[in-house]
Amino acid sequence: MAKFRTYLTVVTQIVRKDLAVEWRSRQLLASMLVFALLVILIFNFALELDARARSELSSGVLWATFAFAGTLGLNRSMAIEKDGQAMDGLLLAPVDRSAIYFGKVIGNLLYMLIVALFTLPVYGVLYNVNLFNGGLFLVILLGAWGYSATGTLLAAMAMQARSREVLLPVLLFPLLIPVLVSAVRTSSFFLEGLESVYIWPNLNLLLAYAVIMPALGYMFFDFIVEE
Amino acid sequence: MAPVVRPPKPRLLRLLDFTAAALLIAATWMVFFYAPSAQAEAGGETQRIFYFHVSAGWVGMAAFITAALAGLIYLIRPNTKWDVFSVAAVEIGLVYSFINIATGSIWARPVWNTWWTWDPRLVTATVMELTFLAYLLLRQSIESPERRARFGAIYALLGSLTVPLTYLSIRIWRTIHPVVIGSGDPTAKGTFDMEPQMLHTLLFSLLAFTIFGITLLWHRVRLGWLADKVEQARMKAMRS
Repeated sequence: MAKFRTYLTVVTQIVRKDLAVEWRSRQLLASMLVFALLVILIFNFALELDARARSELSSGVLWATFAFAGTLGLNRSMAIEKDGQAMDGLLLAPVDRSAIYFGKVIGNLLYMLIVALFTLPVYGVLYNVNLFNGGLFLVILLGAWGYSATGTLLAAMAMQARSREVLLPVLLFPLLIPVLVSAVRTSSFFLEGLESVYIWPNLNLLLAYAVIMPALGYMFFDFIVEE
Repeated sequence: MAPVVRPPKPRLLRLLDFTAAALLIAATWMVFFYAPSAQAEAGGETQRIFYFHVSAGWVGMAAFITAALAGLIYLIRPNTKWDVFSVAAVEIGLVYSFINIATGSIWARPVWNTWWTWDPRLVTATVMELTFLAYLLLRQSIESPERRARFGAIYALLGSLTVPLTYLSIRIWRTIHPVVIGSGDPTAKGTFDMEPQMLHTLLFSLLAFTIFGITLLWHRVRLGWLADKVEQARMKAMRS
C-alpha cells in the first residue's frame, strides 16, 4: 500500500511539474487552442458546414480537431524533456519509470481536455448546435485517455528518431484510427440520441483501447527510454 | 581477387522451394478446374479469386503476428537474429496483405459494382497495412541498430493489435463483406454457400500459401542473417 502511495506521488509530481512549466510559458496551450480554432475554420470552408450537414458532421469535425491539436501537445511535452536533457534527470530518479509514463499521460490528457473544454462551447456557438451532452463528455474523456496513452508512448519513441516531429503522426494515426472511428461514431450516436443498442459495440472498442493501451505503455515505456 | 564463397543452402530449404512451387501449381489447378463455379450473386467465375484472397489474407495476418512474437522474444532476449526475423515477417506480411486487398478489389468490381468502398473490413485491413508501413518508416529514421531493433519490436507488438481487429471487424460491425465461414451478416453482399469441393480447394490453397509463406520467410531471414554476417566481417576488416 505504501508502495502504491509513493507511486501515486511520483505520478502527481510529474503532472504538477508539467503543468507548472506550462503555466509559466503558456506556449503549448495557446498554440493548441489557436490551432484547434484554425482547424475548425478550415473544415468550415472545406465542408461548407450548413445547418443540415452540421448535425451529421459535428462529431467528425470535433474529433479531427482534437486529434490534430493533440499531436502538438504530444510533441511538445516530450520535446521539453529532450531539450535540456531533462529526461536524463528524470530517469536518474530512483522511481518506477512507468510512473513517469503515467504522469506524462495524465499531463497530455489534461491538455486535451482543456482544448475540448474550449472547443466545445466555441463550436456550439459558431454553428448553433447543442453539444451539452453527458454521453459526449464521457466519450471525450475515454477517447482522450486512449489517445494520450498511445500518443505518449509513441512520442517517447519518435523523440529519439531522426525526424522527430514528422514521424509522430505517421506512427500514431494508424494505431489510433480504431479509437478515432469509434469515438466519432459514439459521439454522433449520443448527439443524435440513439438507443444504447447502437452505441455499445463502438463504446466497447473505445473501452478496450482505454485499457489495453495504458497497459502496453506500462509494460514498454521502460524499454523505450532506456539508453 | 578472393573466390566467391556461397554459403550452402540448407537441404530442407531446397526441398521447401520445390514443395511450395508444386503446391501452388496444384492449388491453381484446383481453383480453376476442381472447384465448381459459385452462383451469379457471388460473382460466378470471378468468385474463384476467393481462394487466393483468403489464403493471402491469412498468411498476411499470420506474418504480422509472427513479427510481433519475434519482437516480444527480442525484448526478452536481445539478439539481432530475432530482429531480422521480425522485419522479414513484416515485409512478407505487407506483400501478402496487399495481395489480399488487391484480389478483394478485383472481385468487388463486378459483385459490389465498385473497386473500393469504406466498409469496416476494408478500412481495418488498410489500417493494418498502413501500421506496418509506418513500422518500416520508424526503422528507417533510427540510426542506432540496437535502438532500431528495440523500437521496431515494440511497434510491431502495438501494431499487431490491428490484426485481431481486422479479423473481427466483419463480426463486430455491420458490413458488406461476406463472412463465408461461420454465420453471415444479412447485409453482406456476395455471400455464397460453400460446397464440399470449394472447401477442399480453400483448405488446399491455405496450405499452399502457408508453405510458400514459410519458404519466403526462411529465405528472407537467411538473407538478413547473411547480410548481418557480412556487416560484421566488414567491421572486423576495417578495424584490423
